[in-house]
Amino acid sequence: MSTSLFHGTLVRLAAVNPEADAEVWARWTRDAEFLRLLDSEPARPASGKQRKEEMESYPSDDNHYSFMIRTLTDDALIGFTGLWVGPHWIHGNGWVGIGLGDRTYWGKGYGADAMRLILRYAFTELNLHRVSLGVFAYNQRAIESYKKVGFVLEGRVRHETRRNGQSWDTLYMGILRDEWEKSQAKDGKQGYEHQTFPR
Amino acid sequence: MNPMSEQLFEGERLSLAPHDPEKDAEVESRWTHDPEYMRLLSADPARPLSPGQIKKKYEEAAKEKSHNRFSFALRTRADDRLIGFARLERIEWNNGSGWLTLGIGSAEDRRQGYGAEALRLLLRYAFDELNLHRVSAATFEYNSGALRLLEKAGFTVEVRRRQAIHRDGRRWDELLLGLLREDWEKSSTPNPNTQM
Repeated sequence: MSTSLFHGTLVRLAAVNPEADAEVWARWTRDAEFLRLLDSEPARPASGKQRKEEMESYPSDDNHYSFMIRTLTDDALIGFTGLWVGPHWIHGNGWVGIGLGDRTYWGKGYGADAMRLILRYAFTELNLHRVSLGVFAYNQRAIESYKKVGFVLEGRVRHETRRNGQSWDTLYMGILRDEWEKSQAKDGKQGYEHQTFPR
Repeated sequence: MNPMSEQLFEGERLSLAPHDPEKDAEVESRWTHDPEYMRLLSADPARPLSPGQIKKKYEEAAKEKSHNRFSFALRTRADDRLIGFARLERIEWNNGSGWLTLGIGSAEDRRQGYGAEALRLLLRYAFDELNLHRVSAATFEYNSGALRLLEKAGFTVEVRRRQAIHRDGRRWDELLLGLLREDWEKSSTPNPNTQM
């Protein structure tokens, strides 16, 4: 059982450090497939300087929680994740985003481990009521991973993105607090309530 | 007949007009004093805004990048009276998609067919002028008027975001709707203002 909010079994959530992380992030942008799995903007490679400026502009107010994903074994920077609380705190809804820029870690459970951490953060630290995400229909690996950690398909927005001359749907998924709590109990992880706090 | 003679900004009774914060702020401030309107329109906590606050909002919106946002005031053609607003925003040009928002401010102007007319005008603008491929809209489970209006215009409920809205001690679903160009082309009637 994990005793830290930021540590999973394969990865940990670390601070965003533009100075040190931007060059790695810039390398990820050379991978067009990664960019097209990540978001709907036109894919384009970015320089370290551009990434640094962008990372420095990440909002870190009460609505935004951004982390870098690092491996536990060798502290390698492999991706990032974040929560945006919106449209407003009164509704207790968060949108999660996640990306593993280093493709050698795809399909091995690192993303799912990071997603479990960010869900625990959403429900036990931010006390949210639900967490939402959108994913492209062509990102089958991610869809399976999200289902595995407990997300439920809530619908599909038809033809929202266009790639290679073809229109693709966006899938919207969500997980409610009680669904998450049940999944924790099932996994024998009720211990999140009795988590040891750092002294 | 020249297809460019199509009047994009004028319907039977309404026009899509530019905003005029100096003139409109007083009226829009009145609308924000109606909590029902505010809660049908937005997920933000309802709060009344002064004309000064409204003007400031317009100034801030003008500062934001405007290439993916088109916002209109809705005015009656008969007497140029402000009755609401209509917007296309979050447009992704590479994907040909965008989001629509529409509001009729005063209770006495609702259920008069203005919403349907404004929606027709805005959709024609989205598909014929902006060349979008699809238009999205969001509403709440409790806004049956908006849901009916959108479905009548050809929109389909695509996503039901369970319990996403918290009002009066209970949770409501948020509905995401979509209209594809091909569905719109099938359902839209020719513009009566265009003499073919």
